[in-house]
Amino acid sequence: MPETIGFLKPRQAVLDRRGEIIADLADLLPDGCLISDERGLKPFETDAFLAYRRMPLAVVLPESTEQVAAVLRYCSRYGIPVVPRGAGTSLSGGAIPQEDAIVVGLSKMSRILDIDLFNRTATVQAGVTNLNISEAVSADGFFYAPDPSSQLACTIGGNIGMNSGGAHCLKYGVTTNNLLGVRMVLFDGTVIELGGKAIDAPGYDLLGLVCGSEGQLGIVTEAIVRLIAKPEGARPVLFGFASSEAAGSCVADIIGAGIIPVAIEFMDRPAIEICEAFAHAGYPLDVEALLIVEVEGSEVEMEAMLRSIIEIARRHDVMTIRESQSAMEAALIWKGRKSAFGATGRIADYICMDGTVPLSQLSHVLSRTGEIVAGYGLRVANVFHAGDGNMHPLILYDINDPEDAARAEAAGNDILKLCVEAGGCLTGEHGVGIEKRELMRHQYSQADLDQQMAVRAAFDPQWLLNPSKVFPLEGRPAA
Amino acid sequence: MQTNFSPEQLADPHVAESEKILRKCVHCGFCTATCPTYVLLGDELDSPRGRIYLIKDMLENGRSADKETVTHIDRCLSCLSCVSTCPSGVDYMHLVDHARIHIEKTFRRSFGERLARSVIAATLPSPKRFRLALRAAGLARPLSGLLKRVPWLKTFGVMLDLAPATLPSASHAARPAVHAAKGIRRGRVALLTGCAQPVLRPEINEATIRLLTRHGIEVVVAEGEGCCGALVHHMGREEQALDSARRNVDAWLKTAEEDGLDAIVITASGCGTTIKDYGHMLRLDPAYAEKAAKVSSLAKDVTEYLAILELPEQEARGLTVAYHSACSMQHGQKIVSAPKQLLRRAGFAVREPAEGHLCCGSAGTYNILQPEISAKLKVRKVKNLEATKASVIATGNIGCITQIATGTGVPIVHTVELLDWAYGGEKPAEL
Repeated sequence: MPETIGFLKPRQAVLDRRGEIIADLADLLPDGCLISDERGLKPFETDAFLAYRRMPLAVVLPESTEQVAAVLRYCSRYGIPVVPRGAGTSLSGGAIPQEDAIVVGLSKMSRILDIDLFNRTATVQAGVTNLNISEAVSADGFFYAPDPSSQLACTIGGNIGMNSGGAHCLKYGVTTNNLLGVRMVLFDGTVIELGGKAIDAPGYDLLGLVCGSEGQLGIVTEAIVRLIAKPEGARPVLFGFASSEAAGSCVADIIGAGIIPVAIEFMDRPAIEICEAFAHAGYPLDVEALLIVEVEGSEVEMEAMLRSIIEIARRHDVMTIRESQSAMEAALIWKGRKSAFGATGRIADYICMDGTVPLSQLSHVLSRTGEIVAGYGLRVANVFHAGDGNMHPLILYDINDPEDAARAEAAGNDILKLCVEAGGCLTGEHGVGIEKRELMRHQYSQADLDQQMAVRAAFDPQWLLNPSKVFPLEGRPAA
Repeated sequence: MQTNFSPEQLADPHVAESEKILRKCVHCGFCTATCPTYVLLGDELDSPRGRIYLIKDMLENGRSADKETVTHIDRCLSCLSCVSTCPSGVDYMHLVDHARIHIEKTFRRSFGERLARSVIAATLPSPKRFRLALRAAGLARPLSGLLKRVPWLKTFGVMLDLAPATLPSASHAARPAVHAAKGIRRGRVALLTGCAQPVLRPEINEATIRLLTRHGIEVVVAEGEGCCGALVHHMGREEQALDSARRNVDAWLKTAEEDGLDAIVITASGCGTTIKDYGHMLRLDPAYAEKAAKVSSLAKDVTEYLAILELPEQEARGLTVAYHSACSMQHGQKIVSAPKQLLRRAGFAVREPAEGHLCCGSAGTYNILQPEISAKLKVRKVKNLEATKASVIATGNIGCITQIATGTGVPIVHTVELLDWAYGGEKPAEL
């Protein structure tokens, strides 16, 4: 495929020193923590945004903050770019390396360090998976709230980098609302700590700055996250509609009425068919659009909220309403939803958009999205966090067909521009990565971007950390 | 995932199949989370996604296998946990099978590895030779420490450690015979005797024969059947595996012709996974493709078959059982609830360990060939099983039984031994 997204030109001085760099890194790390042969590097050339690939110079898999610090100290001294990597599940290419970069993978740092139920916090290494945290405290009645669909595999370090969301963020907020502190290695190897177990820290909210900075301000090696008590009960309910527009306006009306369920998820017919075939969750197959609405609390609370929601849904001619009858059924409903992207792989390759729009625009953007994709002669499946207006059109295409791939990318760009024009934004939770980097100009003025880049430069004056990401390649300050 | 094969490459049916499998992968990374070696080692090269990438690169470039690729494929347990996790339906099993065959054909292993693998391939699949080898191992055991210090003999040292101290005598259940149903005959099945299991734990098939015949099922141990071929199949020795498959297909179809056959009952889930795959393994052999598919469709794990018989509900026995689901059972054959339901119906209180999806490290010959990773997985598994505080562990695969038994004092038996006891048979000797 002709690549429309560029990367920074590799630094020749770094490439020329490859052998030396690898020998030096080997001295800094224990055995089994450095990958430098061509075969071994290949699987690290991409993440879940796999249309783009670049081989890294080397991959290091440190086992401690001190080792991360030693690597970063070394890289800053010799001007070597660094690309942090968690589980490599990024849908925006956040972990895709470049030829002159060292990938710092946090996958060996996967220990839970402390669980403090009294203060409702967990302190974990950055390579711990999102779901591992909830599993570790589940028996005690707690969970970690943000739940990206990839929560089985994605790491907390990656979640912090992208300020990840998830289905249940409608009620509980995204990563930044559930993060209390981090231990972070700066570009020159300095280790700093931000925040702590308290809800707020004195001084600047640097933690807020770090969360969502896509690995450009430092490498987070440990995090303190908030634990939430599990509700008394939780119940997902399926609402089937005759059209995507009807479902979309129903969502707007629910939120507009001041009702905030835990989650409102949307699937259109193609997405329903894909997910049902995989999960056998009992999604209705005779509707054009489906909402999964989860309510939680006591039996009385759930009933009361459901009654109001059903009333609103009736006004939008809801065709079917089905409450899950058991924990197993509820689990299947969520399994189907959370596997939606991967399950799409059964029928086609895809790229996944992440635009977010005001709820009043949801119906309009949905129907325009369909028209845009059809205009490129492609198919689309929609499955997303409707309550937040965080849309995920999956544009289906054939990655082995270069023309198809170019059309898919163009359609994606049009959709994201549409989201911005509708008063929304380019990314709700997946991050900018390389994917949406050049579109940042549609979102921000040059002054907006300059200010963000000034912050970035304050943390990393040499622009060594994840350099090809987030900011358009043109118009950067000279390093 | 994007692939890059030439039409000439795709003319090879094995490559064509692998290409199809690779195309389904969307590189989402879900599989990494449930892969035992990734969970232990934290290196993507030791995860399914990393291995898929290594295999893709090797096949696309039509390259001989190299040491780096072989190291990471060798570390794969073939537990198929990734297949259970994968939302995209990537058929990792057949992809890694293909990679192993390619490695066997194109990579020259060290002298020590070649020797060890040849000895394993010649010994384990044959009960006679296996028994003899275990006897010899009993005598040679004091040498294990010494052998493990010599790099090219290390594997033999490991084998000596794994060999049981005592061996049960040869079982009648392993000999070709027709075991008549008690009372009215409700069905007729063939029972796989297999290779290692009748030597190590003959009680398992003895209990199976008792339980089935007591419930009106005629059990045939077919003349000429033997090792299912799984052990060599997972070593990439495809010809030897296919020979085993053909021999078993012939033996069982002959039995079917004689007086019909409702099922081929298998009491080792590792073998079950392979026999259910005979249809695929022999798909390119015109003389056997159809016959092998028939055999695969008849193959059933013993718990799958027992579930059809609707055994009566028994009174609670006050015995807690930790059920360990073998990887070949839950991931390979997708049999998840039947064994637990049978145990509960038979009056046992069933508990399930944490991290039930992770392998115990046995994985066929894995505990011989990858002793370090295997030992770590065993410790983790035993810890989780013991945490259930159950008084006995039940599982459906001989490999897991021998592996776990060396790590815990809690008795471990085959599920069918408990079921036989609950339905009028002998109490397992372990209890």
